[in-house]
Amino acid sequence: MSVSLDIRLKRANKVYHEGERVSGVLLVNSRDALQHQGVSLSLEGLVNLQLSSKSVGVFEAFYNSVKPIQLVSSNMEVVKPGKIPAGRTEIPFEFPLQAKGNKVLYETYHGVFVNIQYTLRCDMRRPLLAKDLSKTCEFMVHCQPQKSKLQPNPVEFSITPETLQNVRERSSLPRFLIRGHLDATSCAVTQPLTGELVLESSEVAIKSIELQLVRVETCGCAEGYARDATEIQNIQIAEGDVCRGLSIPIYMVFPRLFTCPTLETTNFKVEFEVNIVIILQDDHLITENFPLKLVRV
Amino acid sequence: MVPLFPALCCSGLCINMTVHIIFLYMFYVLHRHSRARKYEAEVQMCRLEVSAVDFSDYHPLKAITVTDSKARRGGRKGSTSSSSSSSSSVVLDPLSSMLDGSDPLSLFAAVSQTPALPHSISLGRKRREKEEEVGSDFEPWSSKRGEILSRFTTTEKLSINLFMGSDKSKASSPSSAVSEKVRTRLEELDDLEEGSQRELLNLSQQDYVNRIEELNQSLKEAWGSDQKVKALKIVIQCSKLLSDTSVIQFYPSKFVLITDILDTFGGLVYDRIWSMCADPHPLPESFSADDVNDTAKETCLNWFFKIASIRELVPRLYVEAALLKCNRFLTKSGIQETLQRLTAMIRGIGDPLVAVYARAYLCRVGMEVAPHLKDSLNKNFFDLLATFRQIHGESVQNQLAQQRVEIPIYLTLYSPAIHWILQCVAYRAPEVLLTEMMDRCKKLGNNALLLNSVMWAFRAEFVAMRATDFIGMIKDCDEAGFPKHLLFASLGRSLSCADPPESERLSILNDAWKVITKVRSPRDYINCAEIWVEFTCRHFTKREVNTILADIIKHMTPDRAFEDAYPQLQSVIKKILPHFHDFSVLFSMEKFLPFLDMFQKDSVRVEVCKSIMEVFIKHQQEATRDPVILNALLHICKTMHDSVNALTLDDEKRSLSLLINGFIRMVSFGRDFEQQLSFCVEARATFCNLEPVIIHLIHTVNQLAMETRCVMKGNHSRKTAAFVRACAAYSFITIPSLTSIFNRLNLYLLSGEVALANQCLSQADAFLKAAVSLLPEVPRTISIEGKQRSSEPFLLDFINNFLSTLLVVPDHPEQGVLYLVRGLLNMVQDYTWEDNSDAKIRVYISALPLLAAMSQESYLYTIPKVDSNETLYGGDPKFIAEINKLCETLIGQVLDHLKGLGRDEGVRRQGSLAFSLFGCLLAHGDLRNNKLNQLAVNLWNLSHKHGFCDTRTSVRTLEYIKHQAQLADLSHLSDMTARLSLQSRT
Repeated sequence: MSVSLDIRLKRANKVYHEGERVSGVLLVNSRDALQHQGVSLSLEGLVNLQLSSKSVGVFEAFYNSVKPIQLVSSNMEVVKPGKIPAGRTEIPFEFPLQAKGNKVLYETYHGVFVNIQYTLRCDMRRPLLAKDLSKTCEFMVHCQPQKSKLQPNPVEFSITPETLQNVRERSSLPRFLIRGHLDATSCAVTQPLTGELVLESSEVAIKSIELQLVRVETCGCAEGYARDATEIQNIQIAEGDVCRGLSIPIYMVFPRLFTCPTLETTNFKVEFEVNIVIILQDDHLITENFPLKLVRV
Repeated sequence: MVPLFPALCCSGLCINMTVHIIFLYMFYVLHRHSRARKYEAEVQMCRLEVSAVDFSDYHPLKAITVTDSKARRGGRKGSTSSSSSSSSSVVLDPLSSMLDGSDPLSLFAAVSQTPALPHSISLGRKRREKEEEVGSDFEPWSSKRGEILSRFTTTEKLSINLFMGSDKSKASSPSSAVSEKVRTRLEELDDLEEGSQRELLNLSQQDYVNRIEELNQSLKEAWGSDQKVKALKIVIQCSKLLSDTSVIQFYPSKFVLITDILDTFGGLVYDRIWSMCADPHPLPESFSADDVNDTAKETCLNWFFKIASIRELVPRLYVEAALLKCNRFLTKSGIQETLQRLTAMIRGIGDPLVAVYARAYLCRVGMEVAPHLKDSLNKNFFDLLATFRQIHGESVQNQLAQQRVEIPIYLTLYSPAIHWILQCVAYRAPEVLLTEMMDRCKKLGNNALLLNSVMWAFRAEFVAMRATDFIGMIKDCDEAGFPKHLLFASLGRSLSCADPPESERLSILNDAWKVITKVRSPRDYINCAEIWVEFTCRHFTKREVNTILADIIKHMTPDRAFEDAYPQLQSVIKKILPHFHDFSVLFSMEKFLPFLDMFQKDSVRVEVCKSIMEVFIKHQQEATRDPVILNALLHICKTMHDSVNALTLDDEKRSLSLLINGFIRMVSFGRDFEQQLSFCVEARATFCNLEPVIIHLIHTVNQLAMETRCVMKGNHSRKTAAFVRACAAYSFITIPSLTSIFNRLNLYLLSGEVALANQCLSQADAFLKAAVSLLPEVPRTISIEGKQRSSEPFLLDFINNFLSTLLVVPDHPEQGVLYLVRGLLNMVQDYTWEDNSDAKIRVYISALPLLAAMSQESYLYTIPKVDSNETLYGGDPKFIAEINKLCETLIGQVLDHLKGLGRDEGVRRQGSLAFSLFGCLLAHGDLRNNKLNQLAVNLWNLSHKHGFCDTRTSVRTLEYIKHQAQLADLSHLSDMTARLSLQSRT
């Protein structure tokens, strides 16, 4: 293809905040001079909500999907119809990032039922016989740091057969004692989740200990609301029969895009939880759940 | 063919030459052809003016500016090679002592070593700092690699299980809306691109190694073709293999192979990010995170986010460790924090073997990237101690039972990793820390494994100081666990580098040997004993070494156990040799030769003999006649010699000969020449297959004869005369056994000269005659270094040499006048020279000076006590006439040849031959004789006729003649110069 169209943002990490200007260049690379009928650029921020088929019926999920919420939208003509010379052409642009009406710019978030996405789209219309060119480019929006200071409030836990809920035959459970703490359950998104875990004793060998990061998405709609928990990632922190009495670090980096500060709006909610999952050699699964509050500082 | 010269009836030399060679010559009978020479006066004239040269400050090779070279040398930190001046015992090499360090070649080398970069100052400093942290005394990983790979092998079947791309189980879940067909199609694509899941079972070890190497290649390819994600996947899959401990004996080697891939990957990522920052100008060596641009930082962050989301612990750990260096791009303290975090993370690995190797890798990367961060190294070690009890845990026992691996073997699998960790920890660590570490190890039960590594990795001096303690600890160790002989081997290894306190040495040896001698398996025994030999040799006398040799022989002889232990036995010899330079002591050890007898495989035995001989040649200062040494060495040399067969390579023969010659050179019976000769006789019988040795023996015997002459100051008594004749006889019967014809010729000539010098006239005659009669056998081509070369130049050299000897050889009373000269010239005439070659004529021309010299009243040189022809004939006119006749014949032959050349292409050769004959006449002929004068002039003209002569030579010759003409008795030359015309330079 002799023509290529590209959007280059000025910031390498593509992260912008409300009120800032999204600036960059359009890059047109063409071997010959290029006839076109105008180049336009649009910026759009959308919240896509999808109802899960579990909470509402399959048909409702299909038909009743909630209308996307537009957070920001603007459009402009960058170049008037005309000719672009052969070679490399850079066209600078700049957009103010301002929410539409009284909307708030939520942070970029890629989830299952909730998606918050910001895109730049560039279209070049071309005369007959030539395909129109277009290019989209996603950029990230981070909300302003929250004012409230993070209070490190360590959470101690200890897991024994007695502390477990929904066990069928408590008597058949092997004896074990796991102690530990999370340094905080209210965490900054940019900082890892940390803590420690000590396997004090266990009758049965340990197979694996994992940290499961879970998102809890709630979508409200006319019929009520749907709440779903799905796994984001699962990080193994111990493998095999670990040494007793030795503290094992709990450490997990929150993945970008898939996590954002805990979000609660009138239409939807995004919350996060972490599960400490202990798998015994006999495939018993022991889970301890901790709700997290993520913030940006 | 009719012999030409004795007959001398060459009346058929009719003159029928071309226009230019009319009146060439007539026969003169009355005058000599050759001019009379006054050699003394000529020598005086030719001598250069003597100028005093003070050797202390002048040498042509020496640099002109001599500015305190000593000081400069100190500044360059020993980059020069000349260390000779420091050790006084070494013989001073006049060349190097003259140059005194400022040898121009090493100066260049020194210059090129210093970095000539613009920003070299900071860079140089940085490098120096680094060197301070990890010096050459830190044994690098690369040297351990090979050892581990060769040590930990298996015959069991291995398997590789690779999941490329997304997990199958997830992909096949029916939730997705894509139609079945599309999905399989997509999977196929996936397969093609990434190989998807592959499980390779039943691989032999070699297959496994090859597979891993393939993965390494595909990693590089993927990276090269910009498929970064695929590269990462390969690396993750590979490091996943490290959490698999099936076929546990192979685990250390697996670790080595896979960490190679990780290293490659780490390097690729680092270089990539580095190159991203190199845009305006490359980053300095000591850059900080602030110098890195945003794009590079973002890329780097991306890598770390990707790695942080790797599900499994072991791959995440290894890949992050591999990228440790990249933390430099982000923050200053990143490396340190990451190291600490990763160290803690390893606690999550349950399998102690996997954990310890992960620690080893972390230490390795840590030492490479940030050697100053000792904390995490120590932390690793202490964590290791904390989890040490895991090794004896239940799950390990189950696993071992399943794989049928015994505990001692299992424990040795830990050694490389623990060695490495301890080596990193102990590197330049303060004494206090080492002591603390040792105490901690002591406190742990069943610590033989740790003890072993401590001895291996800690400074040898440290271990040596506490050798007695260590022996105590080793004795306390559990018998069932780590094999004790390995512990003693490690201790011995330290003791061979550093010395324990003197008072403890004997008890250490006794204690250690008590245990070693009880080791049952010959293999384990010899591995351990070999190490202790070094310690014994260093500190004890031949008695103790002898005892140890006896013990080794006792252990290794049953069931021919030595057959499997040649390398170790060889190393024993290599360790003993440097400590016993006095070979009489060495061979007086009763068990040394029996020990040598254990080497029964030919190649090994020869190898050992060679190493012994090398040491002997290197260290034996004086010649010896000690019968013990001679017998032993003769035996050793015979062994080497007997290994030569038809298949032996030339190089091998050469090196063996060199060693044997070295031995022969060191044998001297002082004034007992007869015994020396009989030794040579014996040696000839023993070493008959090695030509260079035979040649050397002939030279030795010749030298013997000359030494005898020296001792007798030239006057042989009846006894010594008989002896030198015996020497001559030795040479005479030995030379024919040589195959190389030129060696034979030269030795005949040399031996003839020696015989002549010792007044053995008939022997000398025999030698020379033999040489002459050998001449026709000289082949036209000989092979030199595997290439066929013409033998002509060698033959000419030899003949010239021979001719000059003939001057002093007196004629045999019963043979004709000059019969040797005639004989030689006949041979030359009959020899089948190459076609189109002037060699024969050149010989004729060079025989002329000899004849001229022979006709002098007193000869240029003579041999004391031997009457040459000058005295025999006393300038008899008949004798002179004979010489003249001979000359005429020769000149006639040359002129005939010249005539033949004039016809065809040979004009160039004609010119040069004519010129050399002219030169010969000029130097040796009496040019007052008109005919000869005319001949010379004609020759000059002939040589210039076709314009092929070198004008510069002609000009200089002419100048020389003019110069000569100024001398009183050569004034006739001035007329001649007028007739010699130079060629016009058109």
